[in-house]
Amino acid sequence: MPGHCKLFSPMATAAAPLTDASAVSVAGLEVQEVSKRYGARWALVRVSFRLAAGEIAMLAGRNGSGKSTLLRVLATALRPDLGTARVAGLDVVADRDLVRRRVALLDHRSHVYDVLSALENLEVMARFLGDAALDRGRLMAVLEQVGLADRAGDPVAAFSAGMRKRLALARVLLKTPGVALLDEPYGELDPPGFRLVDDVLDGLRRRGATVLMATHLVERGREHCDRALVLAGGGMQWDGAARHLATDAGLAG
Amino acid sequence: MSQVLVALRKDALLQWRTRGRFVAVFVFGATALLLFSFAIGPNAGALRQHAAGFLWLALLLASTLALGDSFYGEMEHRALEGLSLLPASPVGLYYGKALANWAQLALLGITLVPFMVVLYDAPPGRGLALAGLILLGTAGLSAPGTLYAAMTVQVRGNQTLLPLLLFPLVVPVLLAAVNATALVMTGDPMAQLRSWTLLLLCFDLIYASLCGLLFGRVLES
Amino acid sequence: MATAMVEAPTTSETNTPYLIAGAGVALLLVGSYWGLARAPRETYMGDVQRIMYVHVPTAWNAMLAFTFAFGCAVASLLRGGYRWDTRLEAAMEVGVVLSSLLCIQGAIWAKPTWGVWWDWDPRLTTTAVLVLAFSGIIALRSFVDDPARRAVWSAVAAIVAYVDVPIVYFSVKWWNSLHQMQSSPETVSNAFHWPLRINAFGILFLMWGLIALRARIATLRLERQLAPPPEAAA
Repeated sequence: MPGHCKLFSPMATAAAPLTDASAVSVAGLEVQEVSKRYGARWALVRVSFRLAAGEIAMLAGRNGSGKSTLLRVLATALRPDLGTARVAGLDVVADRDLVRRRVALLDHRSHVYDVLSALENLEVMARFLGDAALDRGRLMAVLEQVGLADRAGDPVAAFSAGMRKRLALARVLLKTPGVALLDEPYGELDPPGFRLVDDVLDGLRRRGATVLMATHLVERGREHCDRALVLAGGGMQWDGAARHLATDAGLAG
Repeated sequence: MSQVLVALRKDALLQWRTRGRFVAVFVFGATALLLFSFAIGPNAGALRQHAAGFLWLALLLASTLALGDSFYGEMEHRALEGLSLLPASPVGLYYGKALANWAQLALLGITLVPFMVVLYDAPPGRGLALAGLILLGTAGLSAPGTLYAAMTVQVRGNQTLLPLLLFPLVVPVLLAAVNATALVMTGDPMAQLRSWTLLLLCFDLIYASLCGLLFGRVLES
Repeated sequence: MATAMVEAPTTSETNTPYLIAGAGVALLLVGSYWGLARAPRETYMGDVQRIMYVHVPTAWNAMLAFTFAFGCAVASLLRGGYRWDTRLEAAMEVGVVLSSLLCIQGAIWAKPTWGVWWDWDPRLTTTAVLVLAFSGIIALRSFVDDPARRAVWSAVAAIVAYVDVPIVYFSVKWWNSLHQMQSSPETVSNAFHWPLRINAFGILFLMWGLIALRARIATLRLERQLAPPPEAAA
């Protein structure tokens, strides 16, 4: 599939094989009995599911049901206390760095530096990704795509919440991930921003990326997603096709 | 390693953007030097004798501000986590930050020297040697200080924790730097400068390696 | 490794630590009585020197406690889980208590001998630095709520602090020799060895028992703080 060649830039994977087709073709996400505790409270309780490569799934559930925690565990930002998770065939604990290469996380916190401009933030990121020959044109193209091209030189400290979200989306696009983990991508955005997220999802689908997206917008989720997973109290409450969601899972309330 | 250079570039850029804070930290150091002089009183001989000690004390106190600040921007929106998820090697991230902090502290030390010369009537002696000592001493503050700052910035009560952890640790740095500086400024009849300099160098090398190794564990928890 | 971090280490309810500590106290009483009351008076320093019968064993054991803490820190980082973390917590606290006693003993010795409470002896000064350093790490533990993070951070800090010990010692020693300070005498030149050894073992056993008990308390606290693994899926 054409998208996979874009996943690796030669610099970034100096130590890893240049193409890893076999790993990527394995099921996109495999989660088995993953549990995560914060002190006295279990935020994730024996969560298990499987997503095939290229599938787009939505993750629904009330506030505090563990959606963000699950995404962060899959992104290797957190370690599961129990259970195993495999992303693109790689274990999130044992092959952590390899997983990180393939995954992009859109988190509640935007992962940006307030004192730098939008463009500079992307430049820093590109350099760390091994992009020694910094292609400013490419960065501007990404900013253009998220609608921040005219604010590219402004310090992020002056950005509104919605603009920060756009910059965070730009970071995901810049990484061209094989697996995208999005936590409330529609949050804080205006209607044009909603369309932007829809476009990003379409782009990810075209590239064959696996996507797990936590969202409260059930209707929108059903439009874009093949699968739906519902968490409640840290446990998996419902797992099925997205189009069956509202009717079977009783989420309408 | 190229990751260290990339990280250093990032940290240098961040420091340049927040250079206003450097002025604030400098003023803090200068004020500290002034206050210390009040503790001695207008006794010219005593002031001159203790100038080296007060310079390093002022630098030590100011370093807690500078070091704590260096991670504030990293934690505000979890930017450091964002980088480590790219993945960026923690070792590279540590050395980039530690080197940038070192540069800032060394600059701080050097800018405080004229202040010390004027307030304490203390001749700087061999300027190059003094600059070298400031470099060695501030490296000793930056190496463990960067590690501790990464921890304490995420914890409430961080203002007190960083000095609490750092000060006992850097006793050798303080001793060596103060004594060596005094020798540079007033003369070294018994050629002891080399021992103190060697001590500083050993401390710097040991802690630069140790903290680099341990930083990854601190970051991932 | 994921499972290791989940369960708090199981506490044993045996009385062994109490017995060991009890034996330690008994030995300490014997050794102290012998050294403080019975042993011959030292020629040059007089009765004040008797404090060495307690001071030296305390010094040995304080260093032992911190060395054990260092070992626990390394084990905690390498193996994960909380077993070594609880021992680290206990060893650091006991080490701080012993070292603080050491400093007090040093002051008690110094005042009649030199006329000042503190004589900047390299060993005692290093001890004072150790007290402050490890007290700081204990304070760090109280500020961190997440047990996993607390374990890693205090292990890292303990390693960093312990590596500093020889460096601090040598730097203070050089500094002392520069300024020609009076140094503490070699303590056991004229003394009987027996009270010293008895006390050394006495404090060792007492310390061992205390560390074991304190680790037990830490384990119980952890058990309260960490929820048990979730039940089988409904």
